[in-house]
Amino acid sequence: MSGDQMTAAVEFLNVSRHYGAGPVAVKAVDGVDLTIPEGEFFAMLGPSGSGKTTCLRLISGFETPTAGAIRIFGEDVSRVPPNLRNVNTVFQDYALFPHMSVRDNVAYGLMVKGVDRRSRLAKADEMLSLVHLPDYGSRKPGQLSGGQRQRVALARALVNEPKVLLLDEPLGALDLKLREAMQDELKNLQRRLGITFVFVTHDQGEALSMADRVAVFSRGRIVQVGTPEEIYDRPATRFVADFVGSSNVLPPDLSARLGGPATWASLRPEAIRLTDTAPRARGRVTGLRYLGLGTRLAVDVGGTELVALVPAGTALPAEGAEVGLTWAADAAHQMAGEA
Amino acid sequence: MSGAFHPARGPGDRLTGLFWRRPGVLLALLIAPPLIWLGVVYLGSLVALLWQSFWSIDEFSGLIVPEFTLKTYAELLRPANFDVIVRTVTMASVVTAASVVLAFPIAYYAARYARGRMKAVFYLGVMLPLWSSYLVKVYAWKLILAREGIVTWAAEGIGAGNVLNAVLSLPVIGGNSLSTSYIGTFIVFVYVWLPFMILPMQASLERVPNAMLEASSDLGATSWQTFVHVILPLALPGIIAGTIFTFSLTLGDYIIPQIVGSSRLFIGQAVYMLQGTAGNLPLAAAFAVIPIVVMLAYLVFARRIGAFDAL
Amino acid sequence: MPSERRAPLALKLAALGGLLFLHGPILLIFLYAFTTEERSYQFPPPGLTLKWFAVAWNRPDIWPPLILSLKVAAISTALALVLGTLCAAAMSRARFFGRDSISLLVILPIALPGIITGMSLRSAFAMMDIPFSTWTIVLGHATFCIVIVYNNAVARFRRLSGSILEASADLGANGFQTFRHVILPNLGSALLAGGMLAFALSFDEVIVTTFTAGQQSTLPIWMLNELVRPRQRPVTNVVAIVVFAATVVPILIAYVLTRGGSETAGAGK
Repeated sequence: MSGDQMTAAVEFLNVSRHYGAGPVAVKAVDGVDLTIPEGEFFAMLGPSGSGKTTCLRLISGFETPTAGAIRIFGEDVSRVPPNLRNVNTVFQDYALFPHMSVRDNVAYGLMVKGVDRRSRLAKADEMLSLVHLPDYGSRKPGQLSGGQRQRVALARALVNEPKVLLLDEPLGALDLKLREAMQDELKNLQRRLGITFVFVTHDQGEALSMADRVAVFSRGRIVQVGTPEEIYDRPATRFVADFVGSSNVLPPDLSARLGGPATWASLRPEAIRLTDTAPRARGRVTGLRYLGLGTRLAVDVGGTELVALVPAGTALPAEGAEVGLTWAADAAHQMAGEA
Repeated sequence: MSGAFHPARGPGDRLTGLFWRRPGVLLALLIAPPLIWLGVVYLGSLVALLWQSFWSIDEFSGLIVPEFTLKTYAELLRPANFDVIVRTVTMASVVTAASVVLAFPIAYYAARYARGRMKAVFYLGVMLPLWSSYLVKVYAWKLILAREGIVTWAAEGIGAGNVLNAVLSLPVIGGNSLSTSYIGTFIVFVYVWLPFMILPMQASLERVPNAMLEASSDLGATSWQTFVHVILPLALPGIIAGTIFTFSLTLGDYIIPQIVGSSRLFIGQAVYMLQGTAGNLPLAAAFAVIPIVVMLAYLVFARRIGAFDAL
Repeated sequence: MPSERRAPLALKLAALGGLLFLHGPILLIFLYAFTTEERSYQFPPPGLTLKWFAVAWNRPDIWPPLILSLKVAAISTALALVLGTLCAAAMSRARFFGRDSISLLVILPIALPGIITGMSLRSAFAMMDIPFSTWTIVLGHATFCIVIVYNNAVARFRRLSGSILEASADLGANGFQTFRHVILPNLGSALLAGGMLAFALSFDEVIVTTFTAGQQSTLPIWMLNELVRPRQRPVTNVVAIVVFAATVVPILIAYVLTRGGSETAGAGK
């Protein structure tokens, strides 16, 4: 396999996971095709119930596909139970063993594989240093803060040298500041170890800032896969535009009126500029919100609200004032209309 | 570096794989032993009991006639037997009512006022008598209620000996001494079953949110009105759950009336004597069916007012 | 704040009085074990002596019932531990058909009066010509002890069944390793508490036992006979103290084991 240009770490081949049967079946995952190359930091993004967590559990083996196949490094694992898969998970609630010390928690995977006590504890300490908790080995998980528990969970998973590391909402339980620090740290760790990371999140900011590529889930299906830039700038559907950012979503009639083709289109707030000469659209300012780096301007254009982000330093119109708006010709991005 | 997965390393891994592919197999293996035990030993015996209650005994030979008949149940209606049933159900009702009254202050205090150390004292204070030896508790009362025992001594000590004698000379409930009267039986029943009433009562009282009581007094209710209109209805399921215990336990007990009480029989004693010295197993079985029927009726009633949420 | 509320005096007195009512009588047993009066329950005791402990120790008729009781309680507890834990493990998993009926079936032996369990077993033994033995006693005791273990284990299982078990499998442990390294250490104290309570319940049980023992005598049955036909009353008191201790000590241990947890042992008997 090493000769190949790109080895697929994880492949979903038309995978479905349904609960129940017939017309009442719940389609948690419905015909997903996906390839995650080795060494990639991959995000599964979507609202709750969109199937992203089920997909993660299909990789770890806690769910089995009703149809289709899952391959890890080219091998079909659909019939392999979780304990035999070379894949480890950082659980959302960390799931540390409350009765074991931090060191024993980290060494657990090596213990059940039969590694002798001395070498597995040495390895555990090494992993604890890696996650910046070198002196915490003898504590119990209950004595740690949320951020520390998360590092322990990370060390516990990484000690097994998994082929793929799965992270289920890894930062969800942390406060904002810690979350931002952990984002950088996870990213650095992944670069250094070169292990494929697959993480699930409902936070688009997290997905866009950390991942090499993002899959956006909706109702059991993947609606778009791409780099953060692609997802952000060129959302494939209305749903992606809505979910991923604060994009303006233009219905077909408005797109046509504004000089584009009569399809759904997305328009980034920061792509809109205020102008008095030859504006593409005119409207009345209905709200102003100061954001620090700029000001968010809500403009009513013929019944549809467009949001523009005006950089700091620009002269601001008053609320209720009539303004002209313009944007580059390629800024309005056409997309499919499905919600 | 190894591949995407390990091969199974032994029977443990292979079994785990089987359970993972077929979760039902594991569930069946787990549930089968207790289910078989309870199904065969317990339900099987209950069926045997019911079955036997439809047999009868040959009056001349004293042997069991294993043929279906309602004759044995008809015997329950004979005045001597029917009296036993009425006596037992009456005693169970009175004991239950008294337990509710006695248990309420304890449960209420423990649930709403006791904090910290006091809470632990109340918890253990109810738990220990609940679990400690049943027979020893009954025995203790035999000592207390005996003619030469502490109650007589105390009554005479405070000059109330006449009162005690007057109570004992009451018809029906009186007797030679407290330990040979219905009053004695009643006291011991209440004593022994009281913890069974306190615990569910306390549990349901603890679930009444404080904010609700504050809302009630905020709306102008006196504490008595709050008690009657808010606390009592919310605590009712717990009270009913407690009465299920006290009622059921009194219906089926035969030790207490045997040790402390008059010589008149309760259902439990009748069952015990009929299956033992009298050798009339069918009638003993029929008697034992009575508490089941009474309890089933009571459970149906309790279920309808939602008492099971508090169990 | 609730801590600032003061209880009405009458309520406080009634509650404390109720607690005293629950404990006073038991204390009397201790006093009577030292009385010099042999033939009646005279109060106050005319004198105090320690001799009844020696007399009880030397009474040959006390030892076989004590040994039988210990044996029955040990076997029943062991059986109940296995069956109750299996049942709790199964019930803590996903909902399945018949789940509610099974939970009712587990509770039934203590929800219905003991005399029904006893008489039912007696009927079954008679119909199948099963002779009375230690095992007929065990059959009854294990049946009502299952629910004690079950109650203690099921809450702990519920807390365990979440992602911790998945984490163990995820890290490479098979089902048996997960049981040994994760389930058992977390379940241990709950099982010990359940076992203690089951032991106490079995050691003291008399109603079901009288129907399943035949001519055999457990310690409670020995006591019952002494109560009905007293011989040396203070000796009975000494035995009562032993039985009391044999039930209270396990309860206290169970309480300490589960204290501070969300579920405290013995909340339902």
